[in-house]
This record gives sequence, structure tokens and C-alpha cells, in this order.
Amino acid sequence: MVSVTIELNGAAHMLRAGRTLHDLIASLDLLGKRVAVAVNREVIPSPGWAGRILKPEDRVEVVVAIGGG
Amino acid sequence: MNLNDTPDEIRPAATDAGLTIAGRTYASRLLVGTGKYRDFDETRAAVDASGTEIVTVTIRRVNIGQHANEPSLLDAVPPDRFTILPNTGGCFNAKDAVYTLQLARELLGGHPLCKLEVLGDDKTLFPNMPETLKAAEALVRDGFEVMVYCSDDPIQARILEDIGCVAVMPLASLIGSGMGILNPWNLSLIIEQARVPVIVDAGVGTASDAAIAMELGCDGVLMNTAIAHAREPVRMARAMRLAVQGGREAFLAGRMPRRFAASPSSPMAGRIA
Repeated sequence: MVSVTIELNGAAHMLRAGRTLHDLIASLDLLGKRVAVAVNREVIPSPGWAGRILKPEDRVEVVVAIGGG
Repeated sequence: MNLNDTPDEIRPAATDAGLTIAGRTYASRLLVGTGKYRDFDETRAAVDASGTEIVTVTIRRVNIGQHANEPSLLDAVPPDRFTILPNTGGCFNAKDAVYTLQLARELLGGHPLCKLEVLGDDKTLFPNMPETLKAAEALVRDGFEVMVYCSDDPIQARILEDIGCVAVMPLASLIGSGMGILNPWNLSLIIEQARVPVIVDAGVGTASDAAIAMELGCDGVLMNTAIAHAREPVRMARAMRLAVQGGREAFLAGRMPRRFAASPSSPMAGRIA
């Protein structure tokens, strides 16, 4: 099995080669949740997740809203 | 007095048209942050007691590996009930602030209203104004409606307005300090010239501070710690609601002039003896 290492929220994260952003979000149990996602600091709206194959060293950011002032 | 009369506190003053930001009008002039509460129940109870219609949230990375099903802030303060104002708390440069708000816009289904704050350092959390101006320009160009945390400097406030910000939000004192309105004169200068709402953001410690801000003629007050770190946050939220309304009413009523000499309230004529 060929795997790639990406950066997910600042930490190394391994996944199988050819996996998409959609696969990643699903594996985190975050599909349908109120999250926003960016790859290499470019925001990717959810309709684009399935078409985005993750490449080695992609920097993925998954964010939520939390309490703040 | 008829005890069945509707208490004034739940009726907006007839003469007050409300707070209009970017074309939307709010009855409440109090904006409330959602940080530092014990839990979401307390957050929601305080938000409700404050009467606010606009709540700020902040954008952070998901904790990978944590339960995806734990309750979320936006369940406690749902976007269909409240106007959610995402902030850039923790950003120290324009680039990070713009990126954060691009993520926020996506997260909130494209809504463009945001609170920009670009901080200068950890110790003071004072705004870094050159970076704030840079970020404001980029965000306005990108279609955001920018409410902006800024220094209490009338020149900076005017520049932000000229850039196209929809509200300027000078600090009254340091974020989270509870030190109150330290420079009412500067705030007055900003209020006097502003063509967009002026909202005191940061520094309010207790109800009288909020009332003073409103009496100066501020269009609104934004606070978080003053409520969340009160001994009884929900009661303080209610106090702030009343203080903002009281201060606004006093501003509209127009205070009496200050006099050096006393002036008796009872007529001197017809005194006994």
C-alpha cells in the first residue's frame, strides 16, 4: 500500500495514496459537520472536496467555530 | 404604578431606531462574545439574558482525534437565531487574519459580516494598526463587511471608514482588562466624525462602563469577559442589557449641563418659616 504524508492541522498525517479531501473529512467523522477546509491556505468549499486528491506535503486545515470575543 | 405594565427594559425606546450595521437593523445595541464561559449552557443563558442579536465566535483548528459528535458552539447559538460575527482573535498579521476570515465565511455559508482584529503583542493585545489597515483593505476588496477593532485614534478610525469598514470598534481599555472607559475624549472625537457605527470593543468591566460608553454616543458596546467572568454571568448579562439601554436613553434624552454651583430642586418661595 502506497501512502502519502500530509500535514493536517499542523501535524503529520498519513493516508493512502489517491485519497481525496472528501475521504479525509469522512475518515475524521466530520462530513455534514460545520467545518471549513483549506488546502495550502486556499479555502476549498465542500462541493470541491471529492475532486481534490491529496498530494504529499499538502497542508490541510480543518476549522470550526468556538467561543471567543 | 400598575404592576402589570410591560417593563421598559423589554421594549426598545420608541425614539431609537436601533443599530444598523451594513444595512441590517438590530434592536439591541449590545454585542456579546462567547469565550470564557463554563459551558455552552451558560453561554446560551448569558446570551439570552443580554438580549443581544450579534454574537462573536472565533475560528480554530478541529482537535483531530477528539469526538466528532461533541456539542458545538453553533448548536448553542444557532446562526438562524443570531447574527454570528466571526473574529480573528489570535491573529498578529494581516495575512493570517484574511485567511481566517475566508475560512469563517465558508464555515458560515458565505456570510460576509466579520470582526477584524489584528493584535500587536501578547501583553497588551493592542491592535497592530498598519496590519489592521492592510487586512481591512484586502477584506473589503474581497466583499467582506468589516467591523474593525482599532485603537481609539480618530485618524485611524477615519482611514478605516474610508477603506469601507461597516463599523469602527475602538478599545475602551485593554481586552479582558475590565478597566472601563479610559479615554472618553478620544471616543468622543471618533463618534463626532463617524459616518458608520462606533462600537466600543474591549475594556468594559461592569454595567456603569457600558452606560458611560452609550452616554458618550457610542452606537453599541461589544463585550465578553465582563459578562463571562462576573461572579454570576447570567445576571451580569442582564445588567449589561439594562446599562446599554439606560445609557442610550440618557444619550437621547440629553444630560443636564454640569454646574459648579448648587441649584435647589424645591422652590424657595412659600417656605414655612
